[in-house]
Amino acid sequence: MCLAAPARVLEVQEGQLVVDYGGVRTTARSDALAEDVSPGDYVLIHTGFAIRRLSPEDGEETLRLFDELTASLSVEGPVEDAPSSRQDTVQ
Amino acid sequence: MTPSFHFADPVRARQLGDAIRILAPAEPFKIVHVCGTHEMAITRNGLRRFLPETVDLLEGPGCPVCVTPASHIDHAIAIAKTGAIVCSFGDMMRVPGSECSLDEARSRGADIRTVLSASDALSLARETNRQVVFFAVGFETTTPMTAAILLEDPPANFSVLASHKQVPQAMAALLDLPENRIGAYLAPGHVSTIIGTEGYQPWLETRHVPIVVGGFEPLDILYAIALILRQHRDRIAKVENGYPRAVAAEGNPVARALLEAVFEPADAAWRGVGTIPGSGYRLRSEFASFDARQRFAVDLPPEQGEIPGCRCPDVLTARAVPLDCPLFSTTCTPLTPVGPCMVGSEGACSIWFRYGGRETL
Repeated sequence: MCLAAPARVLEVQEGQLVVDYGGVRTTARSDALAEDVSPGDYVLIHTGFAIRRLSPEDGEETLRLFDELTASLSVEGPVEDAPSSRQDTVQ
Repeated sequence: MTPSFHFADPVRARQLGDAIRILAPAEPFKIVHVCGTHEMAITRNGLRRFLPETVDLLEGPGCPVCVTPASHIDHAIAIAKTGAIVCSFGDMMRVPGSECSLDEARSRGADIRTVLSASDALSLARETNRQVVFFAVGFETTTPMTAAILLEDPPANFSVLASHKQVPQAMAALLDLPENRIGAYLAPGHVSTIIGTEGYQPWLETRHVPIVVGGFEPLDILYAIALILRQHRDRIAKVENGYPRAVAAEGNPVARALLEAVFEPADAAWRGVGTIPGSGYRLRSEFASFDARQRFAVDLPPEQGEIPGCRCPDVLTARAVPLDCPLFSTTCTPLTPVGPCMVGSEGACSIWFRYGGRETL
């Protein structure tokens, strides 16, 4: 129910965004969004409303935090170019 | 270029799994999450297999559909019977009321329609002269959207049957239930996008349980569990943000301002849990003219008591898992649901029926 998924901003209009939502061009309201966004940015969408701007930098930061925790516990690495069964866009 | 991250990457998952193993507590330790989307990610990806034997991870009252009391469904149906159009999120349609579900009421002629957004209900009201009622369920993630449409000068034929709920208050109430030894909370990511990590502060200081906000990718969840176990090892209890790419300390102030302009805290009934003080919202008096409870005078059927044999109340309060219920997957299945946890697509029983026993990530 609190499901929210990322979408790429295509156009910024009055009160709404035109977004690429998993390959579908649709609109999302922007009146509950706290951040300014521009075309090319990612936003998290919940029931037709954008609720948060997502940045690729924050995605990279997340992976860095994971590695920092495992390194602090001396879990064996490395993780560079780790194979993946699934590719996920920034979320 | 589309940025791509490996939030389901098995190598990092194994590393986080090792971290969890290193941090494993010697004594039994129960972690509760309160989000159907978390349960979906945990069960579908087999993440419980990463947990040490001492650690339990249970879903509490995390499915807004499942915790909506039967009396609210009865109310929506009674309003529809007056000839009004009732709009509901699709998840709500099959949840049993005291006499029938919204879906069954529709098959008997009531005009009940599913919408994907509160905006859709408002648009419908603008296209018709008939009464249109939005049956508004959901946690803090969803409540600002109901507020946004009420701030948009809705037409006089529009009203809202509000059944919104607040998660932190339910988390606090669960700690007070007898025999519910909750060691820590994995806090819901998208509720936290709105309320921020600060949304858990008011009651944390007296509770002493670690609260870690987690995202929804498999790695996010493993990371949040590792953070919880690290707090437990270090004997600290604080709100920690394991999902910083979508959650700020102050949350989303714009969404919160919408919510607070329209709603004020109120007591709320949670199916399976009971009434929790201050855990819901009611419309502020300025919006009373859009309150469907005031607009429609309807008689409600007597509310059905507990369903014999069904352990949804225990599942919703994190005191049982679906496999503990004698009805699970025998008489109670997604096709023939007995309790709300099997109906809502984010109910623990429904998820366990579909994905239980999966191999690990």
